[in-house]
Amino acid sequence: MNNWAIQARPLPRIIAILSALVFSAFILLILGTSPLDAVALILSGAFGSSTKLAYVMTAWVPVLFCSAGLLVTFAAGLWNIGIEGQIIMGALFATGLMQTLQDSLQPGAVLILAAFAGLMGGACWGMLAGALRLYGNVNEIFGGLGLNFIAGSLTVYLVLGPWKRPGIGSTSGTQPFPSSLWLPAFKGFQVSPIEVLLGLMAMVFVGWALRGTHFGLQLKAIGKNLRAAFLKGIPVYQRMFLAFGLCGALAGLAGWVLVVGTSARHNLFPLISSGYGFLAILVVLLANLSALWSVPISFFFAAISMGSLQLALQRQLDSSLGGVIQGMLVLSILVTKGLQSRLLSGHGK
Amino acid sequence: MKVELRDIHKYFGSIRANDGVTLSIEPGTLHGLLGENGAGKSTLMKVLSGFLSPDRGEILLDGKPVRFHSPAQSVVLGVGMLHQDPLDFPSLRVIDNFLLGSPEGGLLDRHRNRSRLTELASQFDFKLDPDAFVSDLSIGERQQLEMIRLLGLGVSVLILDEPTTAISAQQREKLFEALHQLIGQGKTVIFVSHKLEEVKGLCSNVTVMAHGKVTGKTIMPCPTEALVQMMFGRPLTAGRQCAVAFGKPLLELENITVSDWRLGVKSLSLEVRSGEVIGFAGLEGSGQPLVLKVCAGLLRPSAGRIRIAAQDMTGKPYRHFLETGVAYMPTGRLEEGLIAGMTLTEHAALVDHHPSLFVDWTLAMRTAAHRIETYNIKGEPDTLVEELSGGNQQRALLALLPSQRKLLLMEHPTRGLDVESAEYIWRLLLNRVQQGTAILFISSDLDELLDRSDRILVFFGGKVRILETCETNMLQLGESIGGRGFE
Repeated sequence: MNNWAIQARPLPRIIAILSALVFSAFILLILGTSPLDAVALILSGAFGSSTKLAYVMTAWVPVLFCSAGLLVTFAAGLWNIGIEGQIIMGALFATGLMQTLQDSLQPGAVLILAAFAGLMGGACWGMLAGALRLYGNVNEIFGGLGLNFIAGSLTVYLVLGPWKRPGIGSTSGTQPFPSSLWLPAFKGFQVSPIEVLLGLMAMVFVGWALRGTHFGLQLKAIGKNLRAAFLKGIPVYQRMFLAFGLCGALAGLAGWVLVVGTSARHNLFPLISSGYGFLAILVVLLANLSALWSVPISFFFAAISMGSLQLALQRQLDSSLGGVIQGMLVLSILVTKGLQSRLLSGHGK
Repeated sequence: MKVELRDIHKYFGSIRANDGVTLSIEPGTLHGLLGENGAGKSTLMKVLSGFLSPDRGEILLDGKPVRFHSPAQSVVLGVGMLHQDPLDFPSLRVIDNFLLGSPEGGLLDRHRNRSRLTELASQFDFKLDPDAFVSDLSIGERQQLEMIRLLGLGVSVLILDEPTTAISAQQREKLFEALHQLIGQGKTVIFVSHKLEEVKGLCSNVTVMAHGKVTGKTIMPCPTEALVQMMFGRPLTAGRQCAVAFGKPLLELENITVSDWRLGVKSLSLEVRSGEVIGFAGLEGSGQPLVLKVCAGLLRPSAGRIRIAAQDMTGKPYRHFLETGVAYMPTGRLEEGLIAGMTLTEHAALVDHHPSLFVDWTLAMRTAAHRIETYNIKGEPDTLVEELSGGNQQRALLALLPSQRKLLLMEHPTRGLDVESAEYIWRLLLNRVQQGTAILFISSDLDELLDRSDRILVFFGGKVRILETCETNMLQLGESIGGRGFE
């Protein structure tokens, strides 16, 4: 399961990044855009103004949370594809709690309780995927996919049904929360330092827990050799279950940020997870399971995602080109790793 | 078809599975390939059937050198192999399994092939329903299907790897009849086995292998003693002195019945006392690991009771066994024992069962360094285990066994170690024994079994005989492993 996680040397990695860039340039050329022009557009789209930078950071934080969570599940050798659903459930729980309590408690207290609600929501959904895998013998990839669909449909149901805006029920989401229930930010820069700090803290926490605790060491052992870990007396099921829960909790926090973040839409809407969870999977793969590397790479990915919006606005290209570039990067890294391990292990037999 | 293998070498890492094997098999003979487990028989046959490519050496069919790039190619050239564990598709029907691998074009002609299948089957008096699912078949029937499939593809050399391990007596008889019939048709059969009696009764020529080399060739009949000597390659020595008194009972098995999909051990009772060493002898797939795993709590017996240190452990989970003072050392070093990608220090930290939240890396490093010294491991605390050589991995595995255990269960404790290191390891183990630990170990090394154990349990096809080491010599043990005394 973990063959892909072999140590990559710098040279193959550089070759991979270069080949990804060449392929991306090639695609841009086919579409009739100069690659340099596109790069300039993406850069200005990401960093051209403080507002744009704020958008990049708004996208960065949920990816940070999810990457931190995925480091845990990947350490245990688990492919937590259900992370999108876990984000959604976090957002859903947070929204539900805020709707219930917004009139009866201080905004600050509501925000904090909502964070815990989001955490719980994500954790429950993660542990459900874990339970399906560990007790129902459903591979976490399929279980996660199924749970993603369920979480998405549940959102649609709530948005159109019980939680619809007064008068109109549209898929644009629930009634937005008042600005008192937004995370506070400095004037002129629409990202709350709280969300950025929490995201970074999540990453530090996970990096430290994986390295310095018995839990982290046991997860690593499970991920590398489940059977041997079991024989050494590690309670593998319990640990894997915890890993799912922890990842779900962090994804749930991402969901919370997507509701209460300064530049968020401040409501629950279908597809609120926006693919951030999947993006985080790419981040962690590219970072070769390193918490340290996940920080700049997730920022880089957020910048590409936001910057490529400019491609659509200014060159009538589809903004998903950013996704193409990201995907290309990860694929070429994985292919070089795969080829490397194949060459190293020799001749198949 | 005449089969010749010339100077075949096949290495797996540092293990020389085949070390210059030369073998020639005349057409129309039933040739036995005999040897203890790990002798290199299966590897050699996999080379001959295209599953493995040799590192060096030549294969000649009817005098023409051939080079296989896949098993399919070897079948086309006339060599087919029946593997020890059937390589079929249990979820498919018999007829579809029969058709798999057939070189026909795009469309399946089930109708025509159904009659071909039944015809071939009836030739050997096999009863196979083409529409049955393979998962509903017994191992013997699956073997028959695979044999017919290969013959249907036109092979003229048929290799059978330990074909009688998991089949009933009637099926075995039928199989042997079929093999004689094949010889009558001029085909060549290579019968790979560790069972002396079967090889003696069936084959006209026998080649014996040990440690990756051919150690003897003979035309049957040939006295058993000569075969045993070729198989185990050592002079026959006398066993050890009768043992003294032991401590109180530590492990009690009472009418244990346990089985996997291949074979079962029925109604085994055994009492192991504190300070006793018990060796499990027998060839691979005879049931030793089943019993050892029952003692470790890794397999649940279908009947019987197990007690450890006077506690009833029947049906308890593995962790409970560990807590009671059992330690289990598996045979697969990098498969089950060690964790590739982790260092010796990380391993030391992992088995250090302190309930603390944080890892004390300084302590773990010191522990690792200490164990490296005690067990003479060629490596550093931060060496990744997969970078150690095989023998050093074995030492690491032993070094990581927790101390102060009541019962040590070990599969092949000194496999891959030179005589001197094995001696040293056993001294460390016997230190524990003197403090009251009991050891149960599986070994295929007769010397080790006779030198170290107080009693030997010999396994043969799931049946068990208990030998007192002091009343047993190498010849008796060898013959017993080959099946004598079990009929």
